[in-house]
Formats: sequence, structure tokens, C-alpha cells
Amino acid sequence: MNYKIVIRVVSKFLIPYMLLFALYVQWHGDFGPGGGFQAGVIFAAGFILYGIVFGVGNLRDVVPAWVTRTLLAGGVLLYAGVGVAGMLMGGSFLNYSVLAATPTGGQHLGILLVELGVGVTVAAAMITIFATFSSRER
Amino acid sequence: MIVVAVAIARLHNLFAVVMLTGIFSLLGAAAYVVLDAVDVAFTEAAVGAGISTVLMLGTLALTTSEERTAPRDRVILALVVVVLTGAVLVYGTLDMPFYGDPMAAIHQHVAPRYLGASGAEIGIPNVVTSILASYRGYDTLGETFVIFTAAAGVLAILGRARGPGTSKPTKAEREDAEV
Repeated sequence: MNYKIVIRVVSKFLIPYMLLFALYVQWHGDFGPGGGFQAGVIFAAGFILYGIVFGVGNLRDVVPAWVTRTLLAGGVLLYAGVGVAGMLMGGSFLNYSVLAATPTGGQHLGILLVELGVGVTVAAAMITIFATFSSRER
Repeated sequence: MIVVAVAIARLHNLFAVVMLTGIFSLLGAAAYVVLDAVDVAFTEAAVGAGISTVLMLGTLALTTSEERTAPRDRVILALVVVVLTGAVLVYGTLDMPFYGDPMAAIHQHVAPRYLGASGAEIGIPNVVTSILASYRGYDTLGETFVIFTAAAGVLAILGRARGPGTSKPTKAEREDAEV
């Protein structure tokens, strides 16, 4: 489909920056606006743009269904696992202060991991929903 | 935003309606920025204007893009219900404190403790993040489960419809279909 060449070139150019911006939002949520939810959505938007422009089949070659399904559950497990780890290390559920040597260090680590779990789940969920919706049309 | 809302209600072409809801979300995000709620604005712009527009377009591709006009006889009843609900909501806002009022109830309860102590307790400059991920960790865990459940529900309803085992044809199957 040559008539989409502008869209193809521009989106090929943009997608890496979208993913990079998503990672920035993910890891920089402690200091500026942003966090797991927003980063996950932006990350998924990069993949969804790829899916729209190049077709869901190609998208599924990049991220197969088993990858998004595993990440979907893995993000939630990471979040809950951080909570359980806090319990095992002597605190209460989702108390991050015991995770590292100092309470603030533990909070930093816990929030980082929890936000990562949120971001992974949100991104996987958005990609899954998009791919499932659009692979139905035939 | 009012103009866009009226246009959404008047239009029958659902494709245009989806685009206008995206514009509505973007205007809402701008309003949140004006209210200094940058985190909320960020989420609204990404989720409301971005992803939901794409998902609605996907739904339109599955169904139809023209609205079926409703029968006219229920219009008066619907108008009465909407006007009454709107009047009750407006009446409710009369008791609300003015925007930015420091004596409002919401600024008296736990907010001073979060703002004062989160720097020492959490050590993170963005208070929104420390509330979201640490003080309100259970809530965020619940929200993550909601998103997980939503995707699992979509998979359960739509994912297996094509055949047992896969929600997408393998590469070889696609090549077969093209031949």
C-alpha cells in the first residue's frame, strides 16, 4: 500500500521516541508528573500505532500473544509480590520501608517496582485489547 | 467543551462522534492543566484522548458507524430525567467550597500530613506518586487488578472466538490464507 508511505515513514520515525518517552515517564514518575499508568499507556500507544500502520499480523510478530499475556499477569504479580516481600521481610503487606536498609531507600525501591508492575500490566492490557479487537475484523 | 458536547449529542455519524470525544478529552486535559493537576491531565490525554479513541474506532470496525435513530415517543421522558439529574447535581455543587479554598474539608484531613511528612517518610519529590504508590498502595493494587481483569475479560469474550487455542493465526496460516 504505497499511498500510506508518509504515514509509514513518519510513524517508523516516531515510534522509537514514543517508547523512549514512555520509559522516561515510567522511571521519572518519582520526580515529575507521570508514573506507571501513563507510561504503560504511552508504551502501548507506540505498539498500537505500529499495529494500525503495519497491520495487526506484523504487530503480533513483534509481540506475540503469549508475551502480552505473560506480561499482563506478570505486572500484577510483581505488584503483589512486592507486597508479599514486605511481609516476608518483617513488615505489613505493601509496606516498602523494610525492603532496603533505610526506610526511604525501601520506599524508593518499592515504589519503583510497584510502578513498573503497573506500567507492564497497563501496557500489556492495552496491546492485548487492541489486538483482540482489531484481529476480529475480517 | 460545551460546543463539542452539543455536537456529540447532535451527530449521527459515530465516526465523527468518536473523533469529537477525543477532542473533548483533550480539552478536558487542558482544563486539568489549568487547575494545576498535571498528573490527571497526563492520564486524561493519554487514556481519554488516545487509547479510548483507538478502542472505539476498533469497536466501530466490528459493528457499524451509523447511529440507529431512537423512537421519538420516549424523548420527553428522557429530557425530564436528564434535566432533573442535572438540577440535582447543580444543587449539590452549591454546598461545595470555592476552588482553592484552604479551609475546605478535603484540605483539613490527611492532606497536610501527606504534604508535610512525605518528604521525610518517602523521600520522593512528587507527592502524587508517593500517595499513589505508597500511602494508597492498596488502592493502586486494586486498580491494577481492574485493568488486568478488563484485559482478561476482553480475551475471554473475543480472544477465543476464532478457534480453539489461538487468538491469532500463526504466520504459516496467514500465508496459507493469502495464497
